[in-house]
Parts: sequence; structure tokens; C-alpha cells
Amino acid sequence: MSVASSDTAVRTGRITRTFLYLVLLLFALFYLLPFGVMLVNSVKPLEEITGGNMLALPQTLTLQPWFEAWATAQIGVEPTGLHPYFWNSIKMVVPAVAISTILGALNGYVLTKWRFKYDTLIFGFMLFACFIPFQIVLIPMARMLGLSGLAGSTAGLVLVHVIFGLGFTTLYFKNYYQVFPTELIRAAQIDGAGFFRIFQRILLPSSGPIIVVSVIWQFTNIWNDFLFGASFADLDSQPMTVALNNLVQSSTGVKQYNVHFAGAILAALPTLIVYIVAGRYFVRGLMAGSVKG
Amino acid sequence: MGFLDISNATKSYGSLEVLHKVDIQVEEGEFLVLVGPSGCGKSTLLNMIAGLEEITTGEIAIKGTAMNGVHPSKRNIAMVFQSYALYPNMTVGENITFGLEMHGVPKPEREKAKAQVAKLLQIEQLLDRKPGQLSGGQRQRVAMGRALVRDPDVFLFDEPLSNLDAKLRVDMRTEIKKLHQELGTTIVYVTHDQIEALTLSTRIAVMNGGYVQQLGTPKEIYDTPANLFVATFMGSPSMNLVPVRIVEQGGGLAAETFNAAGETVYLPFSAPSAELRSYAGQTITLGFRPEAFTDPGGADRDAGNIVELDSEVVVTEPAGSDTFVMTVLGGTECNARMRADVQVRPGDVTRFALNMDKAVVFDPKTEKRIP
Ligand SMILES: Nc1ncnc2c1ncn2[C@@H]1O[C@H](COP(=O)(O)OP(=O)(O)OP(=O)(O)O)[C@@H](O)[C@H]1O
Ligand SMILES: [Mg+2]
Repeated sequence: MSVASSDTAVRTGRITRTFLYLVLLLFALFYLLPFGVMLVNSVKPLEEITGGNMLALPQTLTLQPWFEAWATAQIGVEPTGLHPYFWNSIKMVVPAVAISTILGALNGYVLTKWRFKYDTLIFGFMLFACFIPFQIVLIPMARMLGLSGLAGSTAGLVLVHVIFGLGFTTLYFKNYYQVFPTELIRAAQIDGAGFFRIFQRILLPSSGPIIVVSVIWQFTNIWNDFLFGASFADLDSQPMTVALNNLVQSSTGVKQYNVHFAGAILAALPTLIVYIVAGRYFVRGLMAGSVKG
Repeated sequence: MGFLDISNATKSYGSLEVLHKVDIQVEEGEFLVLVGPSGCGKSTLLNMIAGLEEITTGEIAIKGTAMNGVHPSKRNIAMVFQSYALYPNMTVGENITFGLEMHGVPKPEREKAKAQVAKLLQIEQLLDRKPGQLSGGQRQRVAMGRALVRDPDVFLFDEPLSNLDAKLRVDMRTEIKKLHQELGTTIVYVTHDQIEALTLSTRIAVMNGGYVQQLGTPKEIYDTPANLFVATFMGSPSMNLVPVRIVEQGGGLAAETFNAAGETVYLPFSAPSAELRSYAGQTITLGFRPEAFTDPGGADRDAGNIVELDSEVVVTEPAGSDTFVMTVLGGTECNARMRADVQVRPGDVTRFALNMDKAVVFDPKTEKRIP
């Protein structure tokens, strides 16, 4: 794809090109600045922040704020640091991403290759999950979780995130499988492969790019979710985002900005890593539905 | 009862019937070609045999067992698709053995079958490649290998050559024909190419608008088309169709028409049927193929009833082996196939020879052939 795009790129003169790079550089700086400020201040002692310039580089380097944020900072009433909540988030995100991606793939498979009456209608309903404002469903969802005995548990959060992620993952996989040749499915049927065998042996091995899209999308959304975490989680199932809020809110006395910055970076780190590792497949996968071959 | 029996099979999508009471018996070892224009229902019929489409009413039986409702994998058929439908994530070898694996054939036997088929189709050196790394012709071979390895009762081909370039298409056509002669398998083959149909088949079903227009050997279809559709669809260049009046002439019957100059021409029939006699005085359609309409020197010496006539040449089209010469008869353009080196120029009046033994007649209202 990169070859194709450089072939078709419009040729530009040297001056325009320099100008373009300058503008791009400016934008890059603009986006990186907040992160830079956070990083710089997370490795300073508190006095340097309170006593002076936020933008200045640290005079003494210290990892103490990172350690405190991870292990000892006051979160609510407990001095546990963020680490238990980090694991809470992991325990919630991994199953929620996996389940919603697999179900989305199955939905896409059925909606494109095993069409049935009213399937577009059902797909239309599923798309509601993408557009419905979450505030509207908070109370009914709390009631449902209460009735099913999942209130306040990680399993409950996983369920909520799977339900709301399914609309997007189904949409992704449906678009991707729409252009997947139906003759392949027919050939596999004649070869004697059943519903799941075709899915597993023929479709999934060709779904790499769209799986990456789905995983990145779901991972980022679920990891960054605050509303559901704050609404439906207990103390021992609270995700990272809620804990970070508590860290910032609950410090008594002096605000420990350096610890807050370190905590915020810790909370953002997993999504950053996912992007860096899989990001280049993301665009490729998003394009895959629209461009053939 | 045949090997593959299609009896009164219809197919409807909702209230729309796209196949109407199709009745075809295929014998073991036959090569049946379904041919017809786009959208006539060829693929639908083939998919019904394969079990990929349900049969709305009627029955399809293979070796005497009704196949209605039987899963495609349990029919002992194999199919070659127009797009080849090779699994992109598997190697050629895995593509070939996938069906055997799904049917629970143990690995050593699969390997043996794969080796045999690869040898037969000369694709041994391709076995470890992915389909994406093959040329069109090679993919075509692999697709056939995947079908052959199953040793099915019936092979189904859906326009397998239409994605190849012209030369390769001719080569593969010959190869498929050879393969059929070697293996003696039963084949149902879909194409919209009438030359493919005529060269490959032992029998042809010409379809149009969801109806089988005619079922017969290539010779029957070519020489005695059942109706005007079959007459024009099969053969290239297509059959000349001239409106003529049936007149009594010296105790026999003749077709009366006029040449390019408007002069009346009589074309006597050698052995008119009683049916044709009943059309005396009426206008019907006379059909004759370009090769039955030549220069007198090029006419078939064994023919019993050659009628010679003069007419003006409109266009000449030298085609290497022959020269096609257009003239006007009965107000319609007619194509004559003359020897390559005839000396005729547009505007000349020249002598044509029409082999009336090969001519057929159609009722213009019913469009059916008059026997
Ligand atoms: N799912 C469907 N719903 C409604 N009509 C259909 C459906 N599938 C096919 N048809 C109709 O059935 C008719 C036969 O289609 P079919 O695919 O068998 O044509 P074909 O002879 O194979 O044509 P081609 O040479 O273009 O492949 C067509 O008129 C088509 O519009
Ligand atoms: Mg077709």
C-alpha cells in the first residue's frame, strides 16, 4: 500500500515541500507538548514544580513520583498506589476486547455469508450500540447488572463493554467480509467444512488487518472508559481511570503534581504501547474494506 | 433413468421464478454443457445440482438417489468456480487436500492422492506456493486438481475459462477435453461461449430466460436448431435468416425471395415435409449457415441440392482462411463464406451457391423450426 500511495502522490516543488514539513513539524510539536510537560514534571521533585517553571527541565532527576504513583500513593482511603487498579483494568480489558472481537467477527460472518430474513434490520439495531449516548443506559444497565448478580464485579464491566463494543466490531467485520468472495465459502462447503470450520480455517486466517483494527479500537475505548467504571465498579474492581481520578482528588494537604503526572502517564501507557506496536496495521485494516485486493 | 437426473426442477426467488421445469437426464461419462446468455439461469441450475441453492420444486437425483436437501459435501460432487475460489491462506497442496481432510481421509492417503493429481495436471513444482503467487492458468489447474482429487461422481464447472486470455482459454479447453476422455468422468459445464459448448460437449442444453430451449448433441443443435433463439445463439458468424414465401413449383415446393437487385429468386426444397406443405402461400423464415452459402466452386460436392443465384456484393471481409461476403436476400443481409482467394469486390454482381440440404425453416410466429 505504501508503494501505491507514493506512486500516486502529487509531485510538489521544493519550497512547498519545505513549507509542508514545517507545518507538519509544528503540529507534531503541538501534540507532543502536553505529553512532554507531563513527562518532564513526573521526574522532578515537588519543590521544583511548586517553586518555579512547569516547562523547565528537571534539576534533580528522580523516579520517586513514579514509584509513589504505582505503589504507595493514597487512592481514596487506601495507600496502595495505582497498581491494583492497573491489574483491575487489565482483567477487564483483555476479556472484553477478546470477546467483543470474536463475537464481532462471528456476527460479520453470519451477516455477510449466512444471510437470513431481516438480517439488515438486526444489524441496524446492533448499530444503535455505536451511536446511543451512554448516559441514557446507565440506570437500566445498573438494574440489569443488579438483577443478574454482576453488579460491582469485573465480570459485570466486561459484559457492559462487550455489549457496547459489539456494534463497532460487528460493523468492522461486516464491511471486511462483505468483499470476501462468497465462492470461497461455497467451495469450502462442498469440501465438507461446516459453519465454524469455515470461519476458523478460511475466514479468520485472512482477517489479520481487521482484527488489529478491532483490538486497537476496543482496547483504547475500554481502557480509557471512565463512565462505566465509575458507575458500575466496586472498590476491588475499579479500573485505572477511576483510580487516577481518585488519586488526583483524594490527596490531602499538598497536591503532589509530580505523582499525578506519573500516574497519568502510567494510565495512558498501555494504549500508547498498543498503538506503537500495531498502529501501522490500523490504517491498512481500515482501508481494506474500501479498496479491493 | 440416467446417472444425473434433473426432473421438473424449478427455482423461485420469492415469487420470481427464474428456472422453469427443467428436465435433463445425464448419462454416466457424459459431458453436458449448459450454454446461454447472461442471466438465463445456468449458474442457478449448476448450484442446485451442487446443493448450494435449494430446489424449489422438482427433483435432482444422482445415481438414483434424490439429492433434495442433501448437504453439498454429501453429494459426492466437485465444483470448479469461475474465480477458482482457491483458499488464499493455504498452499496449493493444502488447497488440494482440504476436502479430503474435511472428509476424514488419513494423512498418508491424502498425500498419495495429492501426488497423483499433481502429476496428472503437472503442478508438482507449485505445491508449496500460495495461490497469490500463481498465474491465471496455474490457478485454473489447481482448481481442477482440487476437484479431481475427490474422485467425485459428477464434476461441475461454472465458466472455468472465462478469466483466462484467449490463447490460454483455447489451450485449457483442449486440456479439459483430454482429461474428460482420459478419466471418463461425468461433467456438467456452464459457459456462455457457444464455441466452448460445441467443442467440449457430448450434449448441449441451450438455455434462455430460465427455459431449456433445446437439449441435444452439438451436431443436432448446430444443424437443426429447435427455434430461432438457438439458431442465432449457436454458431459464429450466426445463421442467416431470410423471410421467404412458400410456393408450389413443378410439383415440389420452393422458397420465393428476391436478391439485392429486387429480382425474384426461387430456392426449391428437395424433400419438403407435409408440415412445410401446409405453409404454402405463407411467409416463413429460411435459415442457412454462412458455410452453406458459398461461391459455386467452393460448394459441397456431396450435397444433393445446390441452388445457384446471382446477387450484388455489399461488403467483403477477408478472414485469412475464408472470405466472408455479404449480400442482401429478401431485404436482409446475408453472410456467405467463400474461399479465401475469391475475386469479388463490393458492388460486383457475383454468383452464390446455396446448399438447400442444410437449410432449415422456422415459423416466424411461434419461432419454432418447421420439421
Ligand atoms: N438471490 C437472487 N434473488 C433473486 N434473483 C436472483 C438471485 N440470484 C440470481 N437471480 C436471478 O436468477 C437469474 C439467473 O441467474 P444466474 O446467476 O443463474 O445466471 P447465469 O445464467 O449464470 O448468468 P451469467 O452468465 O451472467 O453467470 C438471473 O436473472 C438473476 O437475476
Ligand atoms: Mg453464472
